[in-house]
Amino acid sequence: MSTSAQSRTPKTAARPGRTLAILSVVLIALLSLVFIQGATKIKLGLDLRGGTSVTLQPRIAVGSAGKVTSAAIDQAVSIIRQRVNSLGVAESEVTAQGSGVNRQIVISVPGDTGRRVVDLVGQTAELRFRQVLVEGAPGATAVTGTAATPPAGVSAAINAEYAKLDCTKAANRQGTGTDNPNDPIVTCQKDGTSKFILAPAEVLGQDISKASASLNQTTGSGWYVLLTFNDSGTKKFGALTTRVTKLAAPQNEVAIVLDGLVQSAPRINEAITAGNAEITGNFTQTDATDLANVLKYGALPLAFDRGEVQQISPTLGADQLRAGLIAGFLGLGLVILYSLLYYRGLGVVSVGSLLIAGSITYLLFLLFGKWLGFTLTLAGIAGAIVAIGITADSFIVYFERIRDEVREGRSLRSAVETGWIRARRTIIVADFVSIIASALLYIFAVGGVRGFAFTLGLTTLIDLFVVFVFTKPIVTVLAKVKFYSSGHPLSGLSPKNLGVATSTAVKEA
Amino acid sequence: MSKLAGIGGRLYRGDTSFDFIGKRRRWYAFSGVLIIASALALSIQGLHLGIEFKGGSEFTISKTGASIADARSAVASTHVPGDTIIQKLGTNKIRVQTAPLSTAQSNQVQDALAAKFGVSADSIDTQIVGPSWGKEITRKALYGLFGFLIVVMLYLAMAFEPKMAIAAVIAVIHDVFITVGIYALVGFDVTPATVIGFLTVLGYSLYDTVVVFDKVRENTRTITAGSRMTYSQAANLAVNQTLVRSFNTSLIALLPVASILFVGAGLLGAGTLKDLSLALFIGLATGTYSSIFIATPILARLREREPAMQALSKRVSIRTTAPAETAVKASGTQARPTTVLTEEKRGPRNQPKKKKRRR
Repeated sequence: MSTSAQSRTPKTAARPGRTLAILSVVLIALLSLVFIQGATKIKLGLDLRGGTSVTLQPRIAVGSAGKVTSAAIDQAVSIIRQRVNSLGVAESEVTAQGSGVNRQIVISVPGDTGRRVVDLVGQTAELRFRQVLVEGAPGATAVTGTAATPPAGVSAAINAEYAKLDCTKAANRQGTGTDNPNDPIVTCQKDGTSKFILAPAEVLGQDISKASASLNQTTGSGWYVLLTFNDSGTKKFGALTTRVTKLAAPQNEVAIVLDGLVQSAPRINEAITAGNAEITGNFTQTDATDLANVLKYGALPLAFDRGEVQQISPTLGADQLRAGLIAGFLGLGLVILYSLLYYRGLGVVSVGSLLIAGSITYLLFLLFGKWLGFTLTLAGIAGAIVAIGITADSFIVYFERIRDEVREGRSLRSAVETGWIRARRTIIVADFVSIIASALLYIFAVGGVRGFAFTLGLTTLIDLFVVFVFTKPIVTVLAKVKFYSSGHPLSGLSPKNLGVATSTAVKEA
Repeated sequence: MSKLAGIGGRLYRGDTSFDFIGKRRRWYAFSGVLIIASALALSIQGLHLGIEFKGGSEFTISKTGASIADARSAVASTHVPGDTIIQKLGTNKIRVQTAPLSTAQSNQVQDALAAKFGVSADSIDTQIVGPSWGKEITRKALYGLFGFLIVVMLYLAMAFEPKMAIAAVIAVIHDVFITVGIYALVGFDVTPATVIGFLTVLGYSLYDTVVVFDKVRENTRTITAGSRMTYSQAANLAVNQTLVRSFNTSLIALLPVASILFVGAGLLGAGTLKDLSLALFIGLATGTYSSIFIATPILARLREREPAMQALSKRVSIRTTAPAETAVKASGTQARPTTVLTEEKRGPRNQPKKKKRRR
């Protein structure tokens, strides 16, 4: 190390101008990129401008292969994205965070769409057509023996389950989307007016080619969803309806089951072979449109738990943005004030370095917003503010090193170089620890917290860059200026400041 | 300020010296008491986990003159299960936290609150966390913590010495324990933002330790060749030499954090900013303490066990009992006796080998 340092020292000392030129080239390049790309605004996260974010956790659905696969998550993301886009809200985002099968799907929609988003994305939208076997009043019935012989295809276990089910309780009317199409099921009507035992599904959601919202022309009110089947769907639905028309009530009804809940169970009077079906049930236009969209884009290949739902009003968003900015300026101001008070002349260098680091950070935020869809969240702002301290720390490590070297009796010019060689290592090791920390935080965190890790890591890298291409060369330049080299009381390098005997400093300076 | 700078010079030369390593038992005892207190607080009171960890729904209503009683009656009217915590944030915000609810139930609560306070449901800020989500978050946080400790230990072992890595990680674990203890004792809310703040602080606490250890390593690189000072003495000198630096870096790091805390707690009342900065604030304080008072003494203790270091301290103690006149003469400046180093010159100038190598 000692030999390489020897050969390197004069080089860096001799060419501060070249390094500074590199810095200005980088700055100009960034600036022109910003203009060329037209990235003039930092994209703000939902917590700063209001909006709804939903985090979905994949879960194994009953009846599926029993494994959450990466492909299934990708497919779910694209289906959810289509559904969210059908809302027509600009800058909505659907992303998968994490890696492999251990991913969450994060949906963010700006503005105050609130619950609509939650309903839209959380629905598995597994549509099934099942023949009704038994229909009854919603309340639970006593399980005192089987009064009537269960109809064909209904086991005693199913019958007991049916008796126990109480559809008047809201908790029993949560659509789960976990029904196995090959088994008979016991379930409730969506509005809780009756309960059912249903036969295995005969027509599935994937048999649908088109879905749209329509208004009942005759009554002029009452929205419904019109379904169009594909070829095989038309055949299967035709066969199902042909068969049940001949049966007695309630077995001549076909239940339309969405995510395990009966939407409606119309009686089939005649075979339907045209390939159309309607879902009715007190829909508003929005409800009908959303349901049609959900059905059109298909069912999710996975079931999801709603991990977290966050709805932030634009007012709170604005408040948080303001608070973040105030905290940022306050923090920056305090650090600058302290640097100037303590390091005086050298403090100017640290202020300059902070400003350079700040502008690079700002420009990169703009560009990343454009390229990577980077959004600045409140946690991100906090990360940037915390980074002010970390950035300033590198300067302190360097400045204190210089002062140590001067205390050892070196001239300022040589102290700047020897101090740099020693400080450089400390700074790199310490910043690297910071970078490890942010990388791990980024990997292990979800949601807004990732923003914190990202900005912290980014600003630490910027700090390293600035220390190398700005702070060090500028100190080299300043060391030649008399104000600093003579140890002026305001330079931060005066003998009194350093606590060295005056004679030594003057002699060697 | 300049007075502080003057102290820096004296500390650097070793004219003024605080005996951190010699009095380590005192600091160990102090930390031991803190750790026992933390363990007690943790087992008796436990951590006050936010809804992100235990699941639940949170509604924040911004309305001037909104009262807790109104919010309570609105929530009561919906008959949702579980305990409900209602707090006033700042002057015009009410925060309602409930047990985990289904989507339908939280919609019900939201509607009831909206109706009670005469605001639209969409203007109520809500956060709904599923019960299983908390486990996921906790799991990730723990992975993050352990992953961090292991990676950092490996890295420091490579960048410095294995024993430095051990000492640094012990200090970090010490910080974790005490910070968690403070949270349990005071009953601050623990949210994901807290955990993140906390993991950041671990990185930061290491930054501090790295700065000190770097100097220790420099001071002790050629130590076994001479017989001027023991490893402990050299390490103690390093701590003293970096004291001003540690003070400055910690203070500078604390200033922005303090401003986030001030703004987050003062203007917003609660939320990400406050949770994050509070954890950072507490962690920074313990981190600075531990890198000086815990990490370095442990490192010294570990190294002193090595045969080479024991031989060294034997040589040093022989010199101390029979002072080497040449050394005193050579150093040229007057000695200031301190409790540790009775007559030795500790300044870097008195380590000629090191100086030659560096140049």
